[in-house]
This record gives sequence, structure tokens and C-alpha cells, in this order.
Amino acid sequence: MSKTASPKKLAIQLTVVIAIIVLAVIAKRAVASETDGEISADRAAELTHMLKHDCGSCHGMTLKGGLGPSLLPEEFKGKNIEYIKLTILHGRSGTAMPPWKSIISERDAEWIAEYLYSGQINK
Amino acid sequence: MPSQNKLKLKAAILTTTLSFATLLGGCASTTVTQYKASGDLGTIIERADGAVSIVNTSDRAVEGRIEGLGDLSHASIVYSRDEQYAYVFGRDGGLTKVDILNQNIAKRVLQAGNSIGGAISQDGKLIAVSNYTPGGVKVFDAETLELVADIPAIYTDENGEQKQSKTVGLVDAPGQRFVFSLFEGNETWIADFSDASSAEGTAPKITKLKSVGKQPYDALISPDGRYYIAGLFGQDGLALIDLWHPEKGSKLILPDYGKGQERLPVYKMPHLEGWAVAGNYAFVPAVGRHEVLVVDMNSWTQVGEIPVYGQPVFVMSRPDAREIWVNFAFPKNDTLQMIDAESFELKKTLKPGKAVLHMEFTPRGEEVWVSVRDEDTVRIYNTTTYEEITSLKALKPSGIFFTSRAHRIGL
Repeated sequence: MSKTASPKKLAIQLTVVIAIIVLAVIAKRAVASETDGEISADRAAELTHMLKHDCGSCHGMTLKGGLGPSLLPEEFKGKNIEYIKLTILHGRSGTAMPPWKSIISERDAEWIAEYLYSGQINK
Repeated sequence: MPSQNKLKLKAAILTTTLSFATLLGGCASTTVTQYKASGDLGTIIERADGAVSIVNTSDRAVEGRIEGLGDLSHASIVYSRDEQYAYVFGRDGGLTKVDILNQNIAKRVLQAGNSIGGAISQDGKLIAVSNYTPGGVKVFDAETLELVADIPAIYTDENGEQKQSKTVGLVDAPGQRFVFSLFEGNETWIADFSDASSAEGTAPKITKLKSVGKQPYDALISPDGRYYIAGLFGQDGLALIDLWHPEKGSKLILPDYGKGQERLPVYKMPHLEGWAVAGNYAFVPAVGRHEVLVVDMNSWTQVGEIPVYGQPVFVMSRPDAREIWVNFAFPKNDTLQMIDAESFELKKTLKPGKAVLHMEFTPRGEEVWVSVRDEDTVRIYNTTTYEEITSLKALKPSGIFFTSRAHRIGL
């Protein structure tokens, strides 16, 4: 920035820079949602709340298990994220686990599966 | 408000002491026992914090808070006969005896890995806890919380293997009995403690009723303690046991309910706490349907179903039995509905807020306290006008329990 730049000029330059940044972020988001559907911080907070309280009513608030089994990472040895995701979406027949596909999206389920699998619950 | 009451109480105590002192000719060595009554007290579980708030139903106020009770997701409370102690059953197997008058923890034990609820015996001397991990039921001395009896819920599965089952629907019954059901074992057991003492070598007499129905998930007992009814998750219908005649076994009632209809996903199991009875009819939640079922208690047949807003969780009768109040499972859990017990018509719909988990009527039912978990609020309504009178702050409130439960069978 030159010393002689007028405040007006500066403001325009700034606006342009900000606009570019905003557009870039929007574009990135659009691309992301088409590819891996990023979960926003707000949605993540909603999902963790749901996990703790609504899933927690069967699996325990600390997810150590209740009527439903424990959801702590050690329970998922030998299973993968896809398995957890499918269980969330479609439930398990013959058990009390319902299908959640009418409540949350596939991407939501995948996010929860990753969250459980990675053991973030203990962090 | 509470501080004013404390002042009043102190003044009353002082006056009483002074008048006694005067009566006794100023005899300074005489002490007079002072009592504070607890008939209008209650507790609210604050599930996220492992805390219990002590409340006063006459003042509609919080009087105190007890912390450090562990994982209280899905916790419940029973009261000692003198209404001084609240026994808190935590999800993590914690059993805590809370003194609600002195507002402290009198005793606490970790009795299992994972538990679901409990009951207090007819004579108030035993506390039974229903466990998921390792399963079975444990019974404790109400005074000391020392173990009196351990009842593993061992059953034989379809492959002939011996397994331990999660236990559900634990209630106290007349004749110093506890009754509970085996979720995986499909059985109902009656544990009779009338001849058992806490002395070593004595054990309860256990009566096992096999094949009561698939996956009993909870149960209720009629207010007179005669009928035990287990809800079944694994099939349609309910299992009925006449505790006057356990030798007759259990009877499957309402077996044809919902035949041929696909059940909705169940995002929260209904609760069969209490017993919604009006006249000869009992009202029970349908599993996986937006309906409350009406059962004729003479013939034990279904005489109607009432369409409601969502899948019912609690179906409770107002203490005068003229109305049935219902709350609902996730994701439709922002609503309460009232049913006219005479006409079976839907009478009123209220929207207390996000995640309405539980309701508790004042002892004679003029008001109801409703916990709204996701708004960190307990709302108090007039049960005749449905007007909200006031609301109280509580962190992630779930179960609400008033001391009037101390003298009711099955609560």
C-alpha cells in the first residue's frame, strides 16, 4: 500500500479483497458440499448434543452403554466407519436400534461414525 | 422467597423453643427436638451435571442443589418412608442416599457398572436396583446401603446357553416383594423378601415366570399392587401378571394390536411408570405408533386407541383421573397433550418447549411440573386452566420426583 493512497481508494481496495475472500469461501463450501459435505461447527454442536442426550437415552450419556451397547472406541475394534454409519442410518433389526435416516443425512451419520470411531468422545 | 421461609422457620423454631422453655419453668437443660416437614419437597434430576435440585412445591422454588451424583442420564428416585431421604439411581451404577432436609449426601455406593432404576420395599427397609451391567438385581439395606441380596438374572437362551440378562421394570409389590423382568430372557421374576433378613444365609424366595413375551422393556404395577404389566418391545401386546395368583403365570394381553401395520422407528422407549387409570380403563403407550391404547381392566381387552401427536413416552393420569397427560419421543418431543378420560377425546395441546422429558403432578394434582431439557427450564402449569404459572431454571432437567411418592405402591 502506497503512502499516498486516499482513504476512499483504500476502502475500495479493502472491500474488493474482502469480497474475494468471501466469494472464495462460498465457492469452497459449494465445492465441499458437492464432494464431502463439510459439517459446519453449528451442525457439529447439534450432532454432539443429539449423541449425548438422545442417543444417550439408550447408550448412556457418556456412551458407556445402557439398553444399547457401549459406543466407546474400543467397542469398534474390527469394525469400520462405514459399518457404524450404516448401523446409524438403517438401525439393527431384532434390536432396539432404530433407523435414523429420516432424522439425519448420510453425511451427518458419517460425521457421527467418524466422531465415535476416532474416540473424540474421550477428549 | 426461600430465605423468607427460612426466616419464618427459624422464628417458629425460636418461638416453639421459648414456649417450651417457659412451660418447663426455664429448665435450661431440656432440649426439644425440632422437625422440619418434607411433604412439599421434591427433587429434579439435572442429567448433564450429575446433580439433583431440591425443590419446594408450595413455594415453587429451588431450595438447594446436591452435586457429585455421577452419570444421571436415565436416573430415577425413590423416597424413604419418612420422606427425609431420596435414593438416586444413576446410570453408572451409583446409588446415592440424599438427605433432602439437611441437603447433603448421607451415603453413596457404586454397586454395578450400569443400572436403570430401583425400588424401595413395602416396609421401607430395602432398596433394590435393576442393573444392565452385569445384569440382575441387587438389594441393599436402606439405612446403611450394605448389600443384602444379589440376584443374578440368569436365563437359558435358545441355544441352551446360560446367560445373564439386563433387568427392567423393577417395582415393589405388597407382601415385601420386588418384581422385575428380564429384557433378553423374556421372563418376569418375583423376589419375596418376607422371610428373608439381612442375616447371612437368608435369601429371598424367587418365583420365575418364563416366556412372558419378547423383550419386556419396562413395566408398571396397579396402584393397589395387584397387577404387574410389562410392555414388550419385541412383539405386540403386553404381559399381565396377577400378583394375587402368580401361580397362574402371565397372560399376553392385546396380542393383536397393530397386526399387519409397519411399526415406526422407536427413537425413545415408552415409559410405564405409574399407571394411568380412569374408572375401569387403563391407558398405555403404543410402541412405535402415534397412539395411546385404552384397555378395559375387567376383560383386559383393548377398547380403543387414541391418535396422538407423536409416539408417547409417559402416559400419566392427573391425580383426579379425569385427564390423561402424554409426552412424546424424539423428534416430536416439544409437546404435551391431554386426553379426556371420560370421552377419550383429545382435549388440549401444549408446547412447553424443546425436549419435554417428564412431568410430575403436585400431590393432589392442581399443578404439574414439566421438565424442558433443551431449554434448561422446568415449567409449572395450572392443570385446570393449562396456564403456565411460573418457570424455574434447571440444567438439562429430566425426571421430577415429589415426596408424595413415598407412600405409593410401585413408586
